Amino acid sequence: MLTDAQKLAPTPGTHIQMTYLEALMQAQMEEMDRDERVVLMGEDISVYGGDKLIERFGRNRIWDTPISEGSFTGMGIGAAINGLRPIVDLEFASFAYLASDQIINQASKLRYMTGGQIDIPIVFRCCMFSTGSMAAQHADRPYPLFMNVPGLKIISPTSAADIKGLMKSAIRDGDPVLVFEEKRLWPLKGDVPTDPDHVIPIGKADVKREGKDVTLIAIAGAIRPTMEAVDALAKEGISVEVIDPRTLKPLDHEAFKTSVAKTGRLVIVENGHRVCNVGSEIVAVMAEEAFDLLKRPILRLSAPDIHVPFSPSLEKDFYPTKDHIVAAVRRLL
Amino acid sequence: MQLNGDQRLEAYRRMLRIRRFEEEGMRQFKGDKIPGFFHSSVGQEAAIVGACLALRDDDAMTGTHRSHGHPIGKGAHLDALMAEVMGKEGGICKGRGGSMHFADNSVGIISESAIVGGGIPLATGCAFSARVRGVDQVTLCFFGDGAVNQGTFHESLNMASLWKLPVIYLCENNGYAITTSLAQSHGQPDIALRAAGYGMPGVTVDGQDVCAVYEAAAQAVRRARAGEGPTLIVANTYRFDEHSFGLVISGEPYRSVEEVEAHKRDRDPILLYRTVLLEEGINEESLGAVEDEVAEAVKQAVKFALASPMPRPETLPDYMFNSPLAGQYSSAAGLERN
Ligand SMILES: Cc1ncc(C[n+]2csc(CCOP(=O)(O)OP(=O)(O)O)c2C)c(N)n1
Repeated sequence: MLTDAQKLAPTPGTHIQMTYLEALMQAQMEEMDRDERVVLMGEDISVYGGDKLIERFGRNRIWDTPISEGSFTGMGIGAAINGLRPIVDLEFASFAYLASDQIINQASKLRYMTGGQIDIPIVFRCCMFSTGSMAAQHADRPYPLFMNVPGLKIISPTSAADIKGLMKSAIRDGDPVLVFEEKRLWPLKGDVPTDPDHVIPIGKADVKREGKDVTLIAIAGAIRPTMEAVDALAKEGISVEVIDPRTLKPLDHEAFKTSVAKTGRLVIVENGHRVCNVGSEIVAVMAEEAFDLLKRPILRLSAPDIHVPFSPSLEKDFYPTKDHIVAAVRRLL
Repeated sequence: MQLNGDQRLEAYRRMLRIRRFEEEGMRQFKGDKIPGFFHSSVGQEAAIVGACLALRDDDAMTGTHRSHGHPIGKGAHLDALMAEVMGKEGGICKGRGGSMHFADNSVGIISESAIVGGGIPLATGCAFSARVRGVDQVTLCFFGDGAVNQGTFHESLNMASLWKLPVIYLCENNGYAITTSLAQSHGQPDIALRAAGYGMPGVTVDGQDVCAVYEAAAQAVRRARAGEGPTLIVANTYRFDEHSFGLVISGEPYRSVEEVEAHKRDRDPILLYRTVLLEEGINEESLGAVEDEVAEAVKQAVKFALASPMPRPETLPDYMFNSPLAGQYSSAAGLERN
């Protein structure tokens, strides 16, 4: 068993097993080491895995804020305009609504409205806590809402290596980037390059599994039941190609088209609510740009247009499950 | 204005109902009967009950994520509350809200917000409605010291003062917002002073003394009903348990074991009040009778909650709309996964 220090120590050129959450922390740590302008702010940072950061960087780089999302988000934006590169941790994605005025009316617009006179290099972390009876005020997945805002980049990777590489890109990026991580992915382990310059470009999708019969695009936490479904289908001889967009804005249209050119069939799985979600956008893109490639109608699986209930009996099947995914894929064949 | 004859035992009864409900809830949580979070109000009972007892039955209230004490303090029946924390059909919110959202309309609670500071404008609007409708209903708004830093606090207090709304802002100041102390998060840690900026009285009371809280609240209720506007009351209290049950906070401790132990030993609002009642001549027997009655009510609530079924999956869309439009639930048919 490796200690945390061993796990987190960089050795260029090698890989190391770590969880999604450790990879996310390591990305922040390395970028804070690399660039002293990077600061982290949010509420009770140590509660959500940040105590190692506090130990290492001290209170001038890590700021525990009062409960004032609308304002500390705006402060982060002001600081970004004036020379820092803040990471604002909003913890629960549901709290991004409180910060949304500053994110939308200020961070996303000011560069454009000043004719490019200023830059806003800032990262907003929003974690989706979609299971575990959090009830509706703590369980949102609001990425579609922010996708409708010009001027924001949005990432939502699903593996340890991807969160590390994309988080580093986000911190190095000169524009506002929203990171939608998913609590359900935190404990997932994977091989992560230890090279401190392991970055993954924003805007590039990844093929998580090659296949030839059906293309399945899985968003964020939906990757978990998707992989289970794909394994079950493989046993029946059905070969599914799984694509993780990793970046939700901009979406990698070419990756989707390349895959559908091969399979002719498409299922999109996500935990967002049904109306105007990322699936809706992908369907529109495919209808406009790749209609000829499709042999069958596209299917979308999502959460229904209902708030997340508290009771486990109602929450149980709220998001697409392995069985829903298996059934959808079968319907297309 | 002091607690009168009947109210004195009632104050004891309600504080004890909160305490025993929370203790039983923590046991049930350990036994895996309660999902999600569980924020207990143990230690804060006097602040809640003192304020609630100053209200009439038809007065309104809003609460917070630490939501169990508020309806109990206002006199709610325990059965449906216990069923709600377990996510049952018989729960007060039909299993949709859970531990952080104990809205019991039958005792005037219009909502409890798990978004910190989210309930403050709602309470202000509730009072605004009473004002517009010309009724003498008062609204009591609970929030924590952490919520004072939300913009909603400042904007609401300003409007309430401007329009002399019948609302009481009651800060349950337990000194911490999860791990963040008052000193680490308030430029002016004397919260009551902030009232001056909005032109309303700001009063600080000992939140472990149910009589003191009652007196301050009763005074504020009188002002509100007389059309004199809002009051900010800061009840200094203490949370005996961790922020939420089972939460383990790594890194440096944010409060010392000695501090917590000293509060439990010397500042337990229920023990303090019990002593007062005995000194005032209420005998052990009467107190014992209340204690038995509360124990029985909590036992009954657990029985009710355990027996209540889980909500059936096909009821998932229920309660989304007052009047659903035709076809609205064909999109909920995302349920049938196309
Ligand atoms: C808008 C918002 N930000 C952050 C949180 C996370 N959170 C839940 S409770 C809490 C602390 C609240 O402190 P306080 O208002 O003092 O109430 P207490 O918990 O002490 O009763 C925080 C930060 C939240 N629920 N809502």
